[in-house]
Amino acid sequence: MPNEDVAILVPVYNEARVVGDVIAGLIDHVGHVVCVDDGSTDSSADAARRAGSIVLRHATNLGQGAALQTAIEHALTLPDMRYLVTFDADGQHQLADALAMVDLARNEDLGVVFGSRFLDERTQAGFLKRLVLKTAVWVTNQSTGMRLTDAHNGLRVIRTDAARGVHLTQNRMAHASEIVLQLGRTGLPWREHPVHVLYTDYSKAKGQSLLNAINILFELTFR
Amino acid sequence: MDIQDQQLVIKIVLLVGVTVATALLTRSSSGARHQAIRRVLLVLFAAATAAVIVAPQLVSGLARLMGVGRGTDLLLYGLAVAFVCFLATYYGRMRMLNRQITNLTRALALAEGRRTGES
Repeated sequence: MPNEDVAILVPVYNEARVVGDVIAGLIDHVGHVVCVDDGSTDSSADAARRAGSIVLRHATNLGQGAALQTAIEHALTLPDMRYLVTFDADGQHQLADALAMVDLARNEDLGVVFGSRFLDERTQAGFLKRLVLKTAVWVTNQSTGMRLTDAHNGLRVIRTDAARGVHLTQNRMAHASEIVLQLGRTGLPWREHPVHVLYTDYSKAKGQSLLNAINILFELTFR
Repeated sequence: MDIQDQQLVIKIVLLVGVTVATALLTRSSSGARHQAIRRVLLVLFAAATAAVIVAPQLVSGLARLMGVGRGTDLLLYGLAVAFVCFLATYYGRMRMLNRQITNLTRALALAEGRRTGES
């Protein structure tokens, strides 16, 4: 298998309905799938385990950023891992995009590849969602000094040497800006890659509400 | 019964309250240095409070000295400042606690991962 050295990291919180299918779709294509169950109160952990994933459990709900950090730290202890892929549990990301990003990282010797839904026209986001995301991009770019076209996109490829520079302290949503900042500080080369984010009814119902943008701004401003 | 005697009951109630609160606060334990400083401040605070209960006109005198109209106003301002200080220290303590919980939860999860990885 060409991607034996890839670990896909999936933070999960109460996604029992979909997480099994999502992981089943990944498990045969990469070396490991590491799922961090962030204190779910449903059967997410069982569903993930049945689908063949490594499952770590947070005893209490800490937030996606904390789950991601735990997943990264565990993945770095797995032997022979070269690339870590952060992947959402709700089915909005595509395996094909993730693998294309890994290929890009390999071919161009990149430390990080960020997924962006604004590099092509595939992703259908409503006007308000677009506005919120663009604002988040702007804020992230201001605080990180990087020029990304998308922020808060959960699909990223991080080479292990870059992952060692990630120490997320923002447990909640603001970690998406924090991880960009910390990856930027590693000084490793990075690129963006177009991805297709699928807004299913399920992910829409669960996804970030527009009000959450206010929370993110606050978390970033008052660290 | 003159005014001084009428106030006697409330004075006793307040004094007992301050004594109990002081006793409870001195028992809390954290860093030795911190604790010593807090205890000294606490004793000073208790003494000042007791003095004010026994002789309320002291606050009014102090208020006039500081350019505040009435003793009650000075007390209110002091209370507002003290409350904000309390919020600030507790916010800091809360963040520290959150960080500790995060580290603890993560350590547990990672230990579980190591165990299942070995088996």
